[in-house]
Amino acid sequence: MSDRKELLRVRGLQTTFFTDDGEIPAVDNINFSVREGEILGIVGESGCGKSVSALSIMGLVPSPPGKITGGQIEFDGKDLTKLSQKEMRKVRGKDIAMIFQEPMTSLNPLFTIGNQLMEAILIHHKDWSKKQARNRAIEMMKLVGLPRSEELIKEYPHQLSGGMRQRVMIAMALVCDPKVLIADEPTTALDVTIQAQILQLMKDLNERLNTAVIMITHDLGVVAETCERVVVMYGGQVVEEGPVKLLFNDPQHPYTKGLIQSVPDMRFKKQRLYSIPGNVPKPGSVNTGCRFAARCEFAFEQCRVENPNLYQTSPEHKTRCFLHERKEVSAVDRAVVES
Amino acid sequence: MLHYIGKRLLQLIPVLLGMTFIVFLIIRAIPGDPAQVILGQQATKEAKAALRASLGLDNPWYIQYVNYLGDLLTGDLGESMRTKATVSSELWPYLAATFELALFAMILAVIIGVNAGIVSAWFQNSWFDYFAMILALIGVSMPIFWLGLMGQWVFGIQMDLLPTSGREDARNPVDPITYMYVVDTIIHGRFDQLWDVLKHLILPAIALATIPMAIIARMTRSSMLEVMRSDYVRTARAKGQNMFWVVYKHALKNAIIPVLTVIGLQMGLLLGGAILTETIFSWPGIGRYIYDAIGYRDYPVIQSGILVIAFVFVMINLIVDILYSFIDPRIKYD
Repeated sequence: MSDRKELLRVRGLQTTFFTDDGEIPAVDNINFSVREGEILGIVGESGCGKSVSALSIMGLVPSPPGKITGGQIEFDGKDLTKLSQKEMRKVRGKDIAMIFQEPMTSLNPLFTIGNQLMEAILIHHKDWSKKQARNRAIEMMKLVGLPRSEELIKEYPHQLSGGMRQRVMIAMALVCDPKVLIADEPTTALDVTIQAQILQLMKDLNERLNTAVIMITHDLGVVAETCERVVVMYGGQVVEEGPVKLLFNDPQHPYTKGLIQSVPDMRFKKQRLYSIPGNVPKPGSVNTGCRFAARCEFAFEQCRVENPNLYQTSPEHKTRCFLHERKEVSAVDRAVVES
Repeated sequence: MLHYIGKRLLQLIPVLLGMTFIVFLIIRAIPGDPAQVILGQQATKEAKAALRASLGLDNPWYIQYVNYLGDLLTGDLGESMRTKATVSSELWPYLAATFELALFAMILAVIIGVNAGIVSAWFQNSWFDYFAMILALIGVSMPIFWLGLMGQWVFGIQMDLLPTSGREDARNPVDPITYMYVVDTIIHGRFDQLWDVLKHLILPAIALATIPMAIIARMTRSSMLEVMRSDYVRTARAKGQNMFWVVYKHALKNAIIPVLTVIGLQMGLLLGGAILTETIFSWPGIGRYIYDAIGYRDYPVIQSGILVIAFVFVMINLIVDILYSFIDPRIKYD
């Protein structure tokens, strides 16, 4: 798995929002990469910087007030943060596509499904005829499992259900065969049964088309079901990164542990569901020490003063926690962590 | 759709009926006697009484009102007390003149206002945005008569570029067919006259367009700002669409509905409320026609003139409502 080529590499990315209340670093020095054909999960609570990271890759951070203030996003030998608007438009939709959380509002209500699908094609295939584009649109609609595509192409978004609209969004995103698909909470707004269908569809398409997927979610169930590798984010930083199995079986960071513990398990119905104490800090409010220290039950003096680095705990597994700073982790401390 | 239009037209009946009633009462409440105005200061009591009787003004007001309604039902707008011509035959040239002017003003206001609003929203907080919105603020608060007079003085008198009054060159009069002179000169193929007629239109159209243009620009801007933040605009950008089409295709179509409402209302106002502009530029329009009729206490002209304007106003708003359903597939009237 690890021998697959890295497609997209995010290095030291920093995205800051310049607001009246000061500079807010929504994404603070994050690193991760996506390999060819894999599904990478990015998990974290609301406000941890997942979506801003995704929008940074797409060059769609609302500006003003947002701006990429540092780092590189390497893709196909280019640094996306350095591209002009015009060059970036050629990447968007063609090489990297994105689908959003709200299928109800993500399609333009005043244009037909066909118009919007064909637009996505014709932007990047200027030499195609309308008919070619139409055929391609219908082909994609069939691929994502939309019924009666010939009629659907003439219908408007409000005539479709949420699940169907999200299928349209997926069709629209994949219509130019992108190498990377960013899915920002694609199932959050959908019914549970539809969620499962959409996830299954994305998994199928990932296998069939070999499109790499960045799955942004706050739902560990979604991660367990679809992803190969996971990046856990907290307070604008990556706190843990590793293969999905390793992460679920042996979570290293106290935050990841907390997240996994807070997933409801029907086998233990009577127990009160665990929740991580406290709230996600307002972005930019914690400047010294580990971002998670205030909510962490293992926090000690150093955590409140210094921000830990990402420590390698196994060849594929990294975590940002002093408990794993090898030289300082004593046997006693380790026992505490593992209990 | 036809069902809806039928329903709306039926609703028109009580609206217009109420209108006629109010106008009927108000003009009779104005002091002054049509017979006195027509016969002059030296008229004898007997002559005035005889004229009043022949005009039907000696009946009680409710009989007069019922008679008026009866005439309206047969399509008779009455006849002018002063000229003895039927109002319907007299009215059209004036209405056409106003319609032509209002339409030109509106085209100007829409093209400039909508685009200024779009660009202001697109480049929010840029110097263009500030400049356009300050200009719009000045525009809404500008007294039309002052703007009209300055236009006449600068472009008409100082620079001698444009005519300052009337619709046509009196030495080269247009042979009227529809009384919309731009249309008439085109029908006749008289392009020298067309140029002349257009030159006469420029100054009054600009004066008349100023306020609606400013209102439309501000409305478009705020509507666009809201739409530009929406998810589907982000989707369009995520597809790789360039900003021009994102703005003019995806955003504008969604933002235009409230603007269209304002355009409809403003168009109605221009048709009825162009009296100031028409007076300054000696434009023989419906506003001046009714204004003159008020001076002569020419009751049938006032009543029917206002009725026609109200009718056109309501029809324009009906057209706007119908346009909504062409723009937004979610709006269905049946």
